[in-house]
Amino acid sequence: MIEALHLSKRYGERLAVDDLSFEVLPGRVTGFLGPNGAGKSTTMRMIVGLDAPSGGSVTVCGQPYTQHGSPLSTVGALLDARAVHGGRSAYDHLLSLAHTHGLRRRRVQEVLELVGLAEVSRRPVRGFSLGMSQRLGIAVALLGDPEVLLFDEPVNGLDPEGIVWIRGLMRELAAQGRTVLVSSHLMSEMEHTADDLVVIGKGRLISSCTVDEFIERNCRTEVRVTTPEPARLVALLEEHGGTVRSEPDGSLVVGGLDAVRVGDLAFDGSVRIHQLVSVQASLEAAFMELTRSSVEYQASPSVGAPEAEVRS
Amino acid sequence: MRPDAAAALEARATTLTFGGVLRSEWTKIRSLRSTVWTLVATVVLTIGTSALLAWAVSAHLEPSFLADVDPVRDSMSGLMFGQLTVAVIGAMAITSEYSTGTIRTTLTVVPRRVTVLTAKLTVLACVVLVCGLLCSFVSFFIGQSFFANATVTDRDGAADTVTHLDLHVALTDPGVLRAVVGGGLYLAAGGLLALALGALLRNTAAAISTAIGLLFVVPLLANFLPSAWEANVVKWLPTNAGSAIWSLRPTTGDNPMLGPWTGYGVFVAYVLTALLAAAVLLRRRDT
Repeated sequence: MIEALHLSKRYGERLAVDDLSFEVLPGRVTGFLGPNGAGKSTTMRMIVGLDAPSGGSVTVCGQPYTQHGSPLSTVGALLDARAVHGGRSAYDHLLSLAHTHGLRRRRVQEVLELVGLAEVSRRPVRGFSLGMSQRLGIAVALLGDPEVLLFDEPVNGLDPEGIVWIRGLMRELAAQGRTVLVSSHLMSEMEHTADDLVVIGKGRLISSCTVDEFIERNCRTEVRVTTPEPARLVALLEEHGGTVRSEPDGSLVVGGLDAVRVGDLAFDGSVRIHQLVSVQASLEAAFMELTRSSVEYQASPSVGAPEAEVRS
Repeated sequence: MRPDAAAALEARATTLTFGGVLRSEWTKIRSLRSTVWTLVATVVLTIGTSALLAWAVSAHLEPSFLADVDPVRDSMSGLMFGQLTVAVIGAMAITSEYSTGTIRTTLTVVPRRVTVLTAKLTVLACVVLVCGLLCSFVSFFIGQSFFANATVTDRDGAADTVTHLDLHVALTDPGVLRAVVGGGLYLAAGGLLALALGALLRNTAAAISTAIGLLFVVPLLANFLPSAWEANVVKWLPTNAGSAIWSLRPTTGDNPMLGPWTGYGVFVAYVLTALLAAAVLLRRRDT
């Protein structure tokens, strides 16, 4: 369990984290989402006491992280996979961390096997690919068999097999009753892994809810309809409270009415219909829309960007 | 996830201890080939230059120099070079953690930061002390073999007169054992100064150059001070104060030195001040 209360972090003039309050529950995978520069990594560093909050507080299992008697078995964190001395072997890196809490060599071997690095564990880390470094970072996080796990962008650099593996691992860790907080700047990453979402932008909380609630609140269902008589259909639908806009391909997108209603109205008005589909805006699109105003570095719209992408 | 439930339970029952952090820091230092090689380089450099300089001094004495000969200090002068590589080891013991980012892993696993610094300095001090004692004892014995048959050349007359003198001292002579052991103590304190600078500056190049500046360059610059200041200022400089512990005679050239333990105490006081500042900043700063 992680609880943040009015957490803030100021770097000079810039507020990296601004009055952030949220809860991360045990037994669930919580996706920590936000565009690049939203303050996710800063928040995670504050959770483990690497950065001191400028205001507010954050506790892990009821007390500040730094006051736990056995930090390694309280929180396992993967913050930066590349943060390993290149001249050291994976085994020695893990062993040096295991020693701090009196863990046995057997535990080091166990986590190495678990992440699939046992065979290369005696080689200097500088020869590792980014994917292998991620696996080593995950081994570090799992070393103390912790109650809470923090993963900062864990899929970076992993191959598809590795991505499937880490998704499974996170689900399994949560199923064992642990608290799992995973940051990402990609909603698609979280869609099938997370139970809960904490969405932030420019350091502020945008949304904290379950994935289902998020979809319900933010992903409107629309109806796409194709007809040879658009003018008549638009008039008919608008008369019954629908909002209609035309797509470049000639189809109409209807909001405010469901597919059944659209079909019935067309039938009653004797308008011919060639296609009628119910479309749910993707989670990704909802996330983009929600965080649009808080994206730190935004590219200007490219020439000829389809207007239809902007749903408002 | 848990092939062995007992092992997992065992993992949960553990706590963070100072002894554990000591073992961790020892593992870190011994698992880097670069540290091991730098230690070897220290031993080779110190003993090599000590032997060379001891030979040069003992083979080229003149009657007027005899009063200045210190058979202990003059057989271990390589320590002045050895302290350079020791400064590299000391500074990199912590700056390599900053440059690679390992420090964030370290301070996450051990959030009690002063504990990390204390463990680091303890392990470093022990490693450098052992290495330093090896250097000073071997240098001492090689040097004594040269001083046992020192060559004194009197260039006063028309022709040089060459005499051979036995100037060597034994470990059992007054102050000798203290001075030889002092060579190791000197290097250990120098290594800690570099560690403190590394923790303060968090950058390898900055820490090493500052350490070498303080230990090596400042004493050289002090030679250019007006002579009226020299006697009062020079003896308090870190290197000069510290080297009193590995000297038999209480002077360097024309300048008086502090007493052996007073001088070493002053050196250690510099080191402790730097370490204290490092501890305060380590606690306060974000990582």
